[in-house]
Amino acid sequence: MSYSSGRILLSSQREGQVSRFRTWVLFAVPLAAILFQVYVPLFFQFLGFVELPLLVVVYFALMRRSQVSGLLVGAIVGLAQDSLSKVPLGMYGIVKTLVGYFAASVGMRLDVDHNFIRLLLSFLFFLFHQIFFWMMERALLSHQPAFELQRWLVLGLLNAVVGAALFHFLDKLRETA
Amino acid sequence: MEGFLNRYRNITVLLLVIFAQLLLLAVQVKNDQDVRMIRVWTVSAVTPVARLLEGVRGGGVGFVRNYITLHDTNAENRRLQEENGRLKLENNFLKTELGRADRAKALEMFQTHTPSKMLAATIIATGAGSNSKVVFVDRGSGSGVMRGMAVVTPDGIVGKVISAYPTASQVMLITDADFAAGVVSQKSQVRGTLKGDGTPLCKVDYIPLEEKLTPGEWFYTTGDDRVFPQGFPVGIVKAVRPAAQFQEVFVEPSGLQHGLEDVLIVLQGMHQEIPETPPANQPMYIAPAPPSANPPAPSEQTAAPALTGTEADKLRAIYKSAGDAQNHTFGAGAPGSKPPDFTKLPSLSGTPPATAPAPQRAAPPAATVPSSAAPESEPKRNPAAAQPAGPPPPRPLIAPITPDGKLLPVPEPKRPPAAAPASGADPQPAKKQPAPAPPPDKSDAARRANQAAGVPKGPSH
Repeated sequence: MSYSSGRILLSSQREGQVSRFRTWVLFAVPLAAILFQVYVPLFFQFLGFVELPLLVVVYFALMRRSQVSGLLVGAIVGLAQDSLSKVPLGMYGIVKTLVGYFAASVGMRLDVDHNFIRLLLSFLFFLFHQIFFWMMERALLSHQPAFELQRWLVLGLLNAVVGAALFHFLDKLRETA
Repeated sequence: MEGFLNRYRNITVLLLVIFAQLLLLAVQVKNDQDVRMIRVWTVSAVTPVARLLEGVRGGGVGFVRNYITLHDTNAENRRLQEENGRLKLENNFLKTELGRADRAKALEMFQTHTPSKMLAATIIATGAGSNSKVVFVDRGSGSGVMRGMAVVTPDGIVGKVISAYPTASQVMLITDADFAAGVVSQKSQVRGTLKGDGTPLCKVDYIPLEEKLTPGEWFYTTGDDRVFPQGFPVGIVKAVRPAAQFQEVFVEPSGLQHGLEDVLIVLQGMHQEIPETPPANQPMYIAPAPPSANPPAPSEQTAAPALTGTEADKLRAIYKSAGDAQNHTFGAGAPGSKPPDFTKLPSLSGTPPATAPAPQRAAPPAATVPSSAAPESEPKRNPAAAQPAGPPPPRPLIAPITPDGKLLPVPEPKRPPAAAPASGADPQPAKKQPAPAPPPDKSDAARRANQAAGVPKGPSH
């Protein structure tokens, strides 16, 4: 299995290779991501900016190139994140469902093995995640959260960098054809 | 319909999932109630892992911390052990130096108040062989040491020089089987020949069976052997047994009792009178009275010197002690009052009555030293702490010490002419006024004693 590194856009959907993962990877990696988010900031607060569950959802959605799979992964991870947060169930679920769906949709069009694509998609999906969550808070929960675009941009960049490194690590967990 | 679903399957699923979650949200928001089941599942799935992680982390951190702490503790323990060992060594060194300074001062005092001209030396080695009774001292022919010279300490004789080398001398101890010296007992004036026995005790031969010797009696050198001047303490009788022709008398050498480290080599012997009182522990140094010491009672001040003066003084002391025993104050009673009962006088031999002041107060040095100072300041070296009062010795063994601790000249008693080979020797060193005690030299106490006594300095060693 070879991945092109020169082209960003795929000429047809068939050029995209569907990555497969072992079942335990599909469970363990999201669980580890959630654990990281709820556990590591206890001791390293500066790592609280890392939205690892989102990055995992994006990765699996991109690599599996299946919208249903992506939205399900996003829904499950989002609901789990909801369960461990103070927001009502479904807030992160809906956002990550949409992220998973759109990531899978983009993954079918782009060469998701390209580092820049990964960096860019991570940045964009982080912004989408934050903005959409902000909107849902305002619309569904009638909260008045601050719109911190600059902060989200910076955090988006940081998460993109982390995501690129994480994706590189998760690539090693893919099943080879 | 089925084709529509197949065509829009993905978006349909998305909408369904979004709708379901919206519904879930709506329920929660509307009822203001949580859907507990989903949270329970999630928490139940996540928290055990988190607990496990926390356990691993805590254990790991604890292990690391403990390891680091233990590592530091080990290092600290090693450092403290090293410091403890260093302090122990320093403590032992200081103790040794303190003892050395004490011995040096004792040697110096003894050297300056003994008519014989002496040279201080230090034991530097012992002879080869497991049963060796010879030692080497650090003074040799270069310092004037010659074969046959006596070696003594303030406590008694030690041995004699059997070989003198330029830088060292070999000394045969009195416990050696080949050693012999003429001795005389203190009380009964029984003469004999001291011989080494190869054991810690020495034998005195040629004591006739009819002579009466008791354990505890002191032997002194007679000077007949032309090695040891007369009047040096030899030892104390430990056992007396009758044998075939003579008695078997075993003497414990007093010169070896406190170990050998610094000795005095008699360069020019001068005979001394044999004291009538046993030397006990040869006192050489008495510390001055502490500033806070209470002044002695008047009775102590008067009674103590009386027993060390003339016969009249002794009589006066005896009568005074009898009066004190009956709570009588001389000169205080009215004419015609009841006098003390003088029929209960103690014997005139110098034995103090039962109610007399303690022997420490009647010690000979009390004539020159405040009676309250010496015995209490250094009881171990008290010159007559263990000896009963008796006639004054021909020469005080302790230099008079003023209350502020300075030494005063010692009056020179008359002595019979010496019969030893060194009879023509000038007894001037004995008259030498000892200097105030210098601070102890950590390197060579014997050399310092020699310098204080005016002995020419020997070769460096």
